[in-house]
Amino acid sequence: MLHSQMGYLQILIVIVAVTVMGIGILVVNRLLGPRRTNAVKSAAFECGSDPIGSARQRFSVKFYLIAIFFIVFDIESVFMYPWAALFRELVVEPGVGWVTVGEMFVFVGILGAGLAYVWRRGALDWD
Amino acid sequence: MGMDFVMNHVWLRPLFMSVLVVTAVMTTCAWSIWFERKLSARMQNRLGPTIVGPAGLLQPLADALKMLRKEILIPRDADPWLFRLAPPLVLFCTVAALAVVPWSETIYIADLDVGILWVLALAGLMLLPIWIAGWASNNKYALFGGMRAVAQGISYEIPLLLSAMVPVILAGSLNLKDIVRFQHDHGWFVLWPPGIGLVAFVVFFVTSLAEANRIPFDVPEAESELIAGISVEYTAMNLGLFPMAEYVHTLISSAVAATLFLGGWDGPFFDATWYDGVVWMVLKTGVLFVFIYVLRWSLVRFRSDQLMYACWVWLLPLALGLVGAAAVWVKLTQGQG
Repeated sequence: MLHSQMGYLQILIVIVAVTVMGIGILVVNRLLGPRRTNAVKSAAFECGSDPIGSARQRFSVKFYLIAIFFIVFDIESVFMYPWAALFRELVVEPGVGWVTVGEMFVFVGILGAGLAYVWRRGALDWD
Repeated sequence: MGMDFVMNHVWLRPLFMSVLVVTAVMTTCAWSIWFERKLSARMQNRLGPTIVGPAGLLQPLADALKMLRKEILIPRDADPWLFRLAPPLVLFCTVAALAVVPWSETIYIADLDVGILWVLALAGLMLLPIWIAGWASNNKYALFGGMRAVAQGISYEIPLLLSAMVPVILAGSLNLKDIVRFQHDHGWFVLWPPGIGLVAFVVFFVTSLAEANRIPFDVPEAESELIAGISVEYTAMNLGLFPMAEYVHTLISSAVAATLFLGGWDGPFFDATWYDGVVWMVLKTGVLFVFIYVLRWSLVRFRSDQLMYACWVWLLPLALGLVGAAAVWVKLTQGQG
């Protein structure tokens, strides 16, 4: 096996070990704990009163807006990681040094302008 | 044969290391609960746990046993399978990040080329079980907690990703061990580039706190307003796994911050022996870990909208600027072209 692939085998072992641990704890809990349920016990908790309606309700659109911003900026960061990892190698190549820096500044600049726009339009204010 | 055989074996070594590291971290986390209770008690002129064992030292054990003996309750209106899925998944997303944290030159589970990416990916995935728990409980407090937690988590993830990019640019590697070795040769990133490294460390630490949902960022739980937020409907060990994961997450955040910015296992008297490195790594992680608890018992919770505003308007542009500054620094000190 190649050295570069070893890390993934080790990760797989950790994934299996952690999954077994998580499920194992709950299985032990199931074996040791009592099982006596009733209607009151299994009702949703609302400070002791009977629950009013379901919790499956509509929610403020602000949260969805944040999710959309997140997708844009998160994917931006993901795109920047390969650049960041290779930056030190690229920057010493003759002729591409400042180009490497400049390209990313253009990319970040466009997104920064997007953020400024979103902010000026008041999408980040909650009231 | 013996130890050398295990340490060179292709899958016995990671298995041995996983058991060693995970056991050590889980034990540390169990007793850090005791430590935190004692610390908070001292800060508030109380005694903390005193009954179980000397100075209450067996309290974590007693709590764990008590939780194992409780009934697992699935609420009538909950989505039963998603409800069951969330706690083990929360544990998975935190503990699995341990795989790539290097405790010394020899004590690590996996030497992954994209180590930092694994840690950050799990931090992002972490929001999934939190939202599953919040939605599947079919409880209004859980829903509010889950919604706020996800909004906060995704917002703070972006400055987290960007500030973690600063060491990557400086060291030119995504491998956590390479990043530590680079700091061993060139100095810790908290000290250089002057200012940039320090600010990046602070941004990374603050956003890690937010990702780990520690005070002042513990919006998803918010005992005083949302009762217990996402975990309100959970009982027994299902409930226990949430704080357990939170403690592990805090510890891993401290360890990753120490690795990225404080030189990891590197320290004075460094002679590449395994115990020397581990001592430094544990010490650095420990200082950050304890600092998080002092913060927890000193500060109050922010309002959800204040947190979001601070993240998008202050932290995100700051982190973007740090990435640019680090790139220019590397260009000016390295580049010929």
